[in-house]
Amino acid sequence: MTIAPPVVRSAPPAASSGGRSVSVSWMAWPALVAFTIFGLIPLAGVLVLSFSSWSGLTQNVPFSGLDSWKSVLTDPGLPHALWITFLIMALSWLAQTPLSILLGVFIAAHSRYRSVLAVLFFIPLLLSQAAIAITYKMLLDPNFGLGASLGWGFLQQDWLGEGKLAIGVVIFVVSWQWIPFHSLIYQGGVRQIPAAMYEAAEIDGAGRVRKFFSITLPQLKYTIITSSTLMVVGSLTFFDLIWVLTAGGPGDSTRALAVDMYVRGFRTGLMGPASAIAVILVLLGLALALLVRRLGGRDAAESQLEGI
Amino acid sequence: MKRRNFLSLTAGAAAATGLAACGNSGPADTTGGGSGGGDAATYWFLSGPPGEPIRQGAVDRFNKANSGNQIKVTAIQNDTYKDKLKTAIGAGQAPSIIWGWGGGGLKSYVDAGQVDDLTDWFAQNAAVKNRLFPASFGPATVDGKIYAMPAETVQPIIMLYNKEAFEKAGVANPPQTWAELMSILPKFNDKGIAPLSLAGQSRWTNMMWLELLFDRIGGPDVFNNAYDGQKDAWSNPAAIDALTKIQELINAKGFVKGFSSVTADSNADQALLYRGKAAMELHGSWSYGIIKADGGNFIKDGKLGFFNFPAVDGGKGDPTNVYGNAGQFLSISSKASEKQKETAKKFFASLLDDQEQQGWIDSGGVPIVQGSNSKLASSPDKDFLNFIYDVSSKAKNFGQSWDQALSPSSAETLLQNIAKLFQLQITPQQFATNMNATIGK
Repeated sequence: MTIAPPVVRSAPPAASSGGRSVSVSWMAWPALVAFTIFGLIPLAGVLVLSFSSWSGLTQNVPFSGLDSWKSVLTDPGLPHALWITFLIMALSWLAQTPLSILLGVFIAAHSRYRSVLAVLFFIPLLLSQAAIAITYKMLLDPNFGLGASLGWGFLQQDWLGEGKLAIGVVIFVVSWQWIPFHSLIYQGGVRQIPAAMYEAAEIDGAGRVRKFFSITLPQLKYTIITSSTLMVVGSLTFFDLIWVLTAGGPGDSTRALAVDMYVRGFRTGLMGPASAIAVILVLLGLALALLVRRLGGRDAAESQLEGI
Repeated sequence: MKRRNFLSLTAGAAAATGLAACGNSGPADTTGGGSGGGDAATYWFLSGPPGEPIRQGAVDRFNKANSGNQIKVTAIQNDTYKDKLKTAIGAGQAPSIIWGWGGGGLKSYVDAGQVDDLTDWFAQNAAVKNRLFPASFGPATVDGKIYAMPAETVQPIIMLYNKEAFEKAGVANPPQTWAELMSILPKFNDKGIAPLSLAGQSRWTNMMWLELLFDRIGGPDVFNNAYDGQKDAWSNPAAIDALTKIQELINAKGFVKGFSSVTADSNADQALLYRGKAAMELHGSWSYGIIKADGGNFIKDGKLGFFNFPAVDGGKGDPTNVYGNAGQFLSISSKASEKQKETAKKFFASLLDDQEQQGWIDSGGVPIVQGSNSKLASSPDKDFLNFIYDVSSKAKNFGQSWDQALSPSSAETLLQNIAKLFQLQITPQQFATNMNATIGK
């Protein structure tokens, strides 16, 4: 009986959609206006600037057709920046997702010590990215950092001075900060799974592991999609953390697309090419979000609660 | 759900482009140049000791003496200063007086028509011009015209060393030649002391090594040819030799372990020196002030030594040549009102009075005023200050830091390639090829 209400609740919108959408649509307006002013209009501005050779210093914007696009697309730095961006995206997804799901399942259970832990896990999310980056930079300093102070050999690496290690550090810090957030999403997801499913599985003799893989994971499908979209699209815009930690270095080992864009625009005064990269970032973000949805969302209408 | 998702992700992507807006959060109390910002001239400069109180003091004395001409100041942190200033200039919100480093940065303001030509003013006020070091006008000059007032101190790049570390390693004297430098490296490494400290992440610190090596081996023309746009100038044998030598130095463990993750802004490179973890460092003369402030009794106990960059055997360059900042530079925004411009010029004429000179000397700097060495004798830092005065005034050629001389975009390419060269990611030949590609652009 307890399962009945959702079915009833889902019916009315379909029946009276015409009447309701009119009265409700105004609710979207404040957000839409803000988004237009702070999202769409600057975006259009960036698109216009990508066809210019603006230095950022003059009041008039000199247009130069496709020059900026040509210089960006033929620059060997672009494939490199794309590769670094992709690497950070893929590896940070791989690092974050399993840990977030496990932590999410762990803190979803109702017990006091887990609630206390859940609060503690949440702390990294409260800190600003710049502060986190500065702290890690100091901890990892090869001469004055944690490794040198404690005298632990394995900590005494040139963490931010060697390309591969530096990427590893970026991914570690990103994961350290964002796993709590994604755990929270998964916690919510896990708590929505009807207890009846687990009860039924227990009657059938399923163990803890079997329940996790046969019930929890499949039931979390949409949560995984949401969380992955946030991770993948969010990783495109990692800038502050990388900038403070490594400034794109050593060499260009951590020069992701967003860092490349900033350097071109604000360090070298080439606003045209920087805007072209910004447009590429937007298109990439759109494409990736659609892709992630496609990967798991083809049967979005299909019920996950069939048979209950 | 679908649309909301779409909106939220475009917002996410737009956040990246929105970075552009971050720079706009300039200081709120500066109402900018010509746009009715009142009569007071506005003036932005770098914050932090030792410069900030001295700059502030000069303004305070000026404001007190000239009730009709007032200046409002805003002090801004070094790391964000350039970006903030660029954004303000682009938005037509530039301060009336623009503090800067001259050279390529100044040229980009000149090209954009954002700063006033001061050539005539200096012609009418010869006294203002003639009391300063002639070399200080180099970076203030673009295409034969003067666009900035040289100010403050001269900051050559010199070698600093830790006498205690030298004693421990059994090295009697600082190296006079490159070969000598290379030969003493193992002595320090054997004692667990890094021969050279370097803040490699900041990249311009690595560049100083190349500036002086290029000059010692091939003279100032090697870089000047590249600057003048001569084809394949970076493939000059002297340049290749210098680039090879620097990689030899890196391979011989000349620089402190992990140098590419040390930053100059945190002053960790000076800390390595005064804590005895490194024996020597090539750095701007401003390091002295940093070591004096942070290094406890290091200077008082006479542990700091200094010498000019070693000569290279068979090199064409004069060993007295130095690189660095020939001064700091104040320009007048072309968007400022007539009244503000008048105030700015009056202020320029009042700069480097006795009190300000004393302030700089007390901070461990040498003012760019001719004969300022007569004031150095009473300073507790007179040994160092006289050394800096001599190095600066006796140099056959006072070269400008490459990244300040070049346009911002070439400078970025240069710094990026230098970082790769020091990471041993590219060979000297690849460095030359990459840099040759920027010539004429």
